[in-house]
Amino acid sequence: MQVYTCPFCGLRDEREFFFAGEAGAARPDTTGPVSDAEWAEYVRMRRNALGRAREVWMHLTCGELFVMERDTLSARVLGSVALRRAPGGREGADGAGSVDGPDGEGAP
Amino acid sequence: MGGYSALRLLREGLRDQRGWRPAWRSPKLRKAYDIVIVGAGGHGLATAYYLARNHGITDVAVLEKGWLGGGNTGRNTTVIRSNYYYPESCALYDLSLRLYEGLSRELNYNVMFSRRGMMILHHSEHEREIAARTVNAMRLNGVDAELLDRDEVRARAPLLNFGEDARHPILGAVWQERAGTGRHDAVAWGYARAADRLGVEIVQNCEVTGFIVEGGTCKGVETSLGPVRAGRVGMAVAGHSSHLAAMAGFRLPLTSYALQAFVSEPLKPMLDCVVASPAHGVYISQSDKGGLVMGGALDRVPTYGQRGNLPVQEDVLGGLVDCFPAIARVGLLRQWAGIVDVSPDSSPILGPSPLPGLYLNCGWGTGGFKAIPAGGLLFAHILAQGAHHPISAPFDLTRFERGRLIDEGAASGIAH
Repeated sequence: MQVYTCPFCGLRDEREFFFAGEAGAARPDTTGPVSDAEWAEYVRMRRNALGRAREVWMHLTCGELFVMERDTLSARVLGSVALRRAPGGREGADGAGSVDGPDGEGAP
Repeated sequence: MGGYSALRLLREGLRDQRGWRPAWRSPKLRKAYDIVIVGAGGHGLATAYYLARNHGITDVAVLEKGWLGGGNTGRNTTVIRSNYYYPESCALYDLSLRLYEGLSRELNYNVMFSRRGMMILHHSEHEREIAARTVNAMRLNGVDAELLDRDEVRARAPLLNFGEDARHPILGAVWQERAGTGRHDAVAWGYARAADRLGVEIVQNCEVTGFIVEGGTCKGVETSLGPVRAGRVGMAVAGHSSHLAAMAGFRLPLTSYALQAFVSEPLKPMLDCVVASPAHGVYISQSDKGGLVMGGALDRVPTYGQRGNLPVQEDVLGGLVDCFPAIARVGLLRQWAGIVDVSPDSSPILGPSPLPGLYLNCGWGTGGFKAIPAGGLLFAHILAQGAHHPISAPFDLTRFERGRLIDEGAASGIAH
């Protein structure tokens, strides 16, 4: 059994977690026209990386959404960072810490 | 190299088996081919065979990073069926089933296609309504289907759990008489041997590391054995499709998951059809050697590691014991996993890629084995003509942009 780190609860059984999607997908700017191809790219296309991957996961038992960085070949977990902003916004929760990747912010 | 026959078996038996020759050559990689196929699994090898047989194109190389048939072709649970919902899917998978029916003769290689029938159980009134709808849809699409009631299910598989304490009581099943199982390795070996005899070159231990792109067109592949130029390149690499697509500079609507399977110690005959239970999330058949071949749902974690995780093992094996209480104490012989490429609508992707000159055969998810003959035949047509076959056209990559999905994940009630 593998354990993942919930930023809120700490190390927990993998059965408590849900894979929500790849991190870093940016929703098209709907203030201007958006083509079918742009929507398809956002809604359907995936990086599905072999190796390092940044993903949004949910810890189902507490509801915490967070970015987890994993190696998709070895299953090794490289880090977990909350998406939640701390009160007062003093902590840049999105994309901060060891999970900061080339995609920038860790928005789902 | 002679054909295989009962007479040949007898003759070699009398000659101390000294007359057998390797079933295919191991040629050196050349610098250029008309067509290069990446991936010597079932789909890649079948594509090469039909390119040579149906289109007369024999200057073909099939490149394989590992060994022939060592990916999902050697890791599946050998079920062959065409019990889908939409007309596009039925046309595709029933073509495959019909090709399987004549495949041993066609390839002169016994693929042990065993038309033993398959039942998909239902466990509630609501599931029964959907099952009736599925049967009607299949019949309208020209595929055989029957709705079995509880007693008919019991007659076919008496060891199923019909007890009062069953977690999911059995109400009936969708039955496809023409479905069955095949010998998975033999399908790869049979296509490899038949393609090789027609002049196709199969090069193993040759990993594709990139694509040669000139003027925005794919002109070949870079490999661990050096560059190879090609008129057209086809990729049939299942779970690693996204990885190759990244090398070619585009993304695919695929997520790679591990699909686990299990085989038990050999038992006396106890089950002579394939049984699937969507409510339990499991399916099971008994191999010719007596082992129970079992599988279930995907691991829910995207992965390229061919192992499989423990929570899904518990769910699958627990579900199977619920279905067949008698197997609770049967020992497992092996467990394994293959990496499957799952698309948003659980239907495959066939046709041109965003990179001109490179063509796609991917997205089969957990259902690639049953589709090998059709996938190969259609992909050969696409590579030879540079255009779709009528059956493959709906499965073009552009459907995700057009919104014309073939959503079998929802429609046929089989999660993949």
